[in-house]
Amino acid sequence: MNFANTVSWRHMLSMACLLLLLAIVLPITLDAFRLNLVGKYLTYAFVAIGLVLCWGMGGILSLGQGVFFGLGGYCMAMFLKLESSTPEATAIQSTPGIPDFMDWNQITELPALWIPFQSLTLTLIAIIAVPVLFAFLIGVAMFKRRVSGVYFAIITQAIAAILTILIVGQQGYTGGVNGITDLRTFMGWDIRSDGAKTVLYFVTIAFLCLVVFMAQFISRSKLGRLLVAVRDQEDRVRFSGYEVANIKIFIFCVAAAFSAIGGALFTLQVGFMSPTLVGIVPSIEMVIYCAVGGRLSILGAIYGTLLVNWAKTSLSESFPELWLFGLGALFIAVVMIFPKGLAGVANSLADRFRKPRLDVASSPDMPTPVDDSNASSTPLTSTTHQSATRHSRPGSAVHGAAGAAGDIGA
Amino acid sequence: MSIRTNTDYMLALTDLSVSFDGFKAVDDLNLFVDENEIRVIIGPNGAGKTTVLDLICGKTRSDSGSIKFWNEEISHLNEPRIVHKGIGRKFQTPSIYEDLSVFENLELSYPRGHDVFGALFFKRDSEVSDRLQEVAESVFLEDHLDKQAALLSHGQKQWLEIGMLLIQNPKLLMLDEPVAGMSISEREKTAELLNRITRERSVLVVEHDMKFVEDIAHKVTVLHQGRILAEGDMDTVQNNPDVIEVYLGH
Ligand SMILES: Nc1ncnc2c1ncn2[C@@H]1O[C@H](COP(=O)(O)OP(=O)(O)OP(=O)(O)O)[C@@H](O)[C@H]1O
Ligand SMILES: [Mg+2]
Repeated sequence: MNFANTVSWRHMLSMACLLLLLAIVLPITLDAFRLNLVGKYLTYAFVAIGLVLCWGMGGILSLGQGVFFGLGGYCMAMFLKLESSTPEATAIQSTPGIPDFMDWNQITELPALWIPFQSLTLTLIAIIAVPVLFAFLIGVAMFKRRVSGVYFAIITQAIAAILTILIVGQQGYTGGVNGITDLRTFMGWDIRSDGAKTVLYFVTIAFLCLVVFMAQFISRSKLGRLLVAVRDQEDRVRFSGYEVANIKIFIFCVAAAFSAIGGALFTLQVGFMSPTLVGIVPSIEMVIYCAVGGRLSILGAIYGTLLVNWAKTSLSESFPELWLFGLGALFIAVVMIFPKGLAGVANSLADRFRKPRLDVASSPDMPTPVDDSNASSTPLTSTTHQSATRHSRPGSAVHGAAGAAGDIGA
Repeated sequence: MSIRTNTDYMLALTDLSVSFDGFKAVDDLNLFVDENEIRVIIGPNGAGKTTVLDLICGKTRSDSGSIKFWNEEISHLNEPRIVHKGIGRKFQTPSIYEDLSVFENLELSYPRGHDVFGALFFKRDSEVSDRLQEVAESVFLEDHLDKQAALLSHGQKQWLEIGMLLIQNPKLLMLDEPVAGMSISEREKTAELLNRITRERSVLVVEHDMKFVEDIAHKVTVLHQGRILAEGDMDTVQNNPDVIEVYLGH
């Protein structure tokens, strides 16, 4: 097994392209408002990366990832809200020192649920721990009973709906349908200024790199290959001596943690959190980002997220009523025509460039290429970390460029 | 039913029954397998052969009766635990990870790093690759380690699945129709393979191919409608009038 060198070479090149785009090209070409918009989109990419592991590799389709995004975002929002609800700032309320929406709802004391969010440390712990614990409970309840496939997808969707209803209904504790708004400072630092937003954009990129790194570590470990095995032959995995439920619970929790980080960064950058980001529609949209990026490609998920959101913003600026149709059409197109999404397109472009020069099939150190037309049996090897096809050494630049072409106009 | 006397057998099924929607697929079955024995189960389609293997490996739960492995009741354990006791199972249709390479298929079956974090931090060291190489050679796949499993021939897939079991070094190997769909030369190689790997273990084989059964079986059990019709060495069974009537006759 001697492709270690090619892997890191390929990997570094794709990663460098992405960083070049996100950290240099976009900040130079976009104004502060547009850059903040890209920063917001990138927070969804955390969810999409979680879906690559959970759905693309492991075959576990969750239509409720907005729940974890929302939980992470709400934890952060609660902290920020408490910070901006000082007794001085809220002096006109009948109970100063509590968030304004609580006062409007005749609540006279900070609810116990909110008390931990006075502490930054507890908040940071909660941002990860709350969604992961919730994912763990769902995972245990579902996977230990061997609920999977469509049933699991429907249940996650129901959970997203229930959580939305709960948040909207408990207005005094959650801010209701408006969400938690008017967030101003983080540890005394004004997060509303253009400068702060630019800094937060780079913070988001740093976290994104961390998450990409972790996702790639998982997908290249034996656990990554196990996920693929579980997706394709769950029974065989059991009879090789693995507790399949534990594998699924783990990856579902990882996806939840990634989503939660995205949610918390969303709150920081956008300055509010609301139930519209938790429900069924955003959860499904996030699956589409992942599908457009190419389901099995970690970096592809980022490009997919950016591309769909760029399309959404430009389309809904000019034809707001068309967007939902556009999204539906896009999903169908991806499923029917480009099942491997952007990553697949980029890789086949890369192959087309390379084929005349290099006979990949007979190259002894590369695994045998497989029939690209078969959508369901996507080839995967230990070396597959971010692209659906494995033969693209110099071609990775194209991978980056194809995504970039769509994003620069954002 | 739990007050059973212990036996000297490696595997002891006693009064085992299971029914699906009222249909008794396995009916009060008693089956005993010795250490280092190759036992073949034959019988017409729908006789319950696969179901017996399903019961032993935990895929199907029995309605009543007991399954003891080295005198330890295993019928309540889940599939991975039964695997860890030393029982490996090959399915009737080749059941391998088509998207992974032959090497990776074998590696996932290597008995280490079975929990989540063990798998996450699993190291592909020389002990692992040596063992994988050794097993790949024994199942005639040493030249195909980098090949995607989906691209193997049908017979090679069957061998790969046997290899995946051998890696686990099970004490009892259960094979459901291992030579189905194989060419004559592949069948002979498989018979030779089974005779070779059975030295340190017992094997329970379900098979229709009588030539193959003759090549490998120490003892044959004939199953019919979930019950044992006959049991003994190949000659005895082949000359049993009941067996000829329900199975060999056509
Ligand atoms: N999970 C199940 N649910 C319902 N019926 C089942 C199930 N598994 C097996 N059966 C039924 O039990 C009977 C025995 O099936 P089994 O697969 O054990 O037969 P077999 O002896 O392996 O046959 P073959 O030679 O065709 O493989 C069949 O009638 C089958 O339809
Ligand atoms: Mg059968």
